[in-house]
Amino acid sequence: MAATIRRFVLLSILGLFILFLYGPTLTILVLSFQGPDGGLTFPMNGFSFHWFRRLFETQAVGDFGGSLMRSFTLATMVMCTTVVVSLAAGMAFRRRFKGSGALFTLAVASLIIPSILVSLGVGLLFNELNLDPDWYSSAFGAQLTWTLPFGLLIMFAVFNRFNRAWEEAARDQGATPWQSFWHVVLPIIAPSVIGIALFGFTLSYDEFARTLLTAGSDNTLPLEIFGMTTSVTTPVLYALGTLTTVFSFAVILCSLVVVRVLAARRA
Amino acid sequence: MVVDQGAVRAPRNLVPFVTFLQAAPLAAVLIVFLLLPMFALVVVSFFDYNSVQIIPAFEFTNYTDVLGSAVTWRTYLNTLRFTVIVWVVTAVLGFTIAYVLAFEIRSRTAQLVLFLVCTVPFLTSNIIRMISWIPFLGREGLLNSTLLKLGLIHQPLEFLLFSDFAVVLAYTHLYVLFMITPIFNTMMRIDRRLLEAALDGGAGWWRTVVEVILPLSKSGLAIGSIFVVTMVMGDFITVRLMSGGQSASVGLMIANQIASLQYPAACANAVVLLAVVLTMIAAILRIVDIRKEL
Repeated sequence: MAATIRRFVLLSILGLFILFLYGPTLTILVLSFQGPDGGLTFPMNGFSFHWFRRLFETQAVGDFGGSLMRSFTLATMVMCTTVVVSLAAGMAFRRRFKGSGALFTLAVASLIIPSILVSLGVGLLFNELNLDPDWYSSAFGAQLTWTLPFGLLIMFAVFNRFNRAWEEAARDQGATPWQSFWHVVLPIIAPSVIGIALFGFTLSYDEFARTLLTAGSDNTLPLEIFGMTTSVTTPVLYALGTLTTVFSFAVILCSLVVVRVLAARRA
Repeated sequence: MVVDQGAVRAPRNLVPFVTFLQAAPLAAVLIVFLLLPMFALVVVSFFDYNSVQIIPAFEFTNYTDVLGSAVTWRTYLNTLRFTVIVWVVTAVLGFTIAYVLAFEIRSRTAQLVLFLVCTVPFLTSNIIRMISWIPFLGREGLLNSTLLKLGLIHQPLEFLLFSDFAVVLAYTHLYVLFMITPIFNTMMRIDRRLLEAALDGGAGWWRTVVEVILPLSKSGLAIGSIFVVTMVMGDFITVRLMSGGQSASVGLMIANQIASLQYPAACANAVVLLAVVLTMIAAILRIVDIRKEL
């Protein structure tokens, strides 16, 4: 009896927690369809796509289209770089090499140094070198200091559980190191590689603090949204929130589907 | 750090070269975009400045200004207060949720799906997730209007939005995943026979949780704590948005100094913050050995 009650209470806590996670987002999702006269809170004053239309009028909310394109391009750049660089580094860390300890410490430091300090430091460095900060140069690098260590840690987790008998079998059959990587290792770790790609993309797409002082004159989407929070007091803010959230969910769903397909093909 | 010493060997003489090529891009990015910027930060923290420009120099004025000001100390205390509160809340909540996911949900599929459900919101925009609290907590928000309708309160609660309460709530909402994931990960590796042994030995559920599961989840808790502590200590956006300008944090102080172009002062502040954060992490690592987690 006591066990049943306890189980019920614990499962209710999980349910409430999920409500806590999703509730607020669902509220703004509903409110973004406010009628033209509606405000920032309930009740709903009619139902319309008014605020979504407003979003695409440039004068209403700054440069929404441009910042979206920049954020999307930047996120794709960060994603590709993160996959390739952390995959390569993950392979390197399977052997002992000179400076491996130092590099590992540097990667961990990269995770725990507060974002605003990286942002400030990269901004200063570009300033000292007389380079103009831009979203595709300084902001790109600043974001990599956050995504690469994540990718590396995922690679560690992968190779810790990796059965190297597969590789040895490939080598015994006469495969070159490159062949054994491309035809044996990569297909086995593919789902984790998709995971790294997803992390790289979404972390970059939503990154704020590391971009704040490094993006130069053109805003990325999170910077644009932040600017809006202080100046915009209409549901157009919610429409923007709904759009970016739906977009993030679409990206996550796509990667889950790809992982499922890869897993099905292996089985 | 060697993960797998038996990896496929390339022809002998090529191995060090290939390994070097594999590690070089990561090293290059971290040197250019982390090591050099931190170096620049330290150098500029000794510079002089006036209202128009930064003057290269080597003086400790910025540090004496930072450490000698009562505002700095109050701000650090306030940030530490947020950090401790958020750490306790996320640790308790994170441990509970991880426990339910790891031990109460028995089907593997349900476990995976629920874990994903708990993870997905963290891949969406932090700023949007903060804004989402406005229609819920505001003066005319859902919570206030519900409580008014139920007759539990007679005027709207003012402390819900733009307050320290809102800041802690938002931090918890944003960062609790960084507790759940590592704790869940550690819990999944606990040998279930230990729990059976504890129950067979006459330990009740509570004692099993406190004396078996909790100690075995320590390394996960430590990793989560490192994430939460560093993120709250360095945050400025949450405090700015959720406190409505009524609360301060070190990150916000630095951001304000940058906005008013007092770069050397901001840098000195940043170096102090970095030292404090690294000390806190060193303390966590002294208590718990997390190396076996990798």
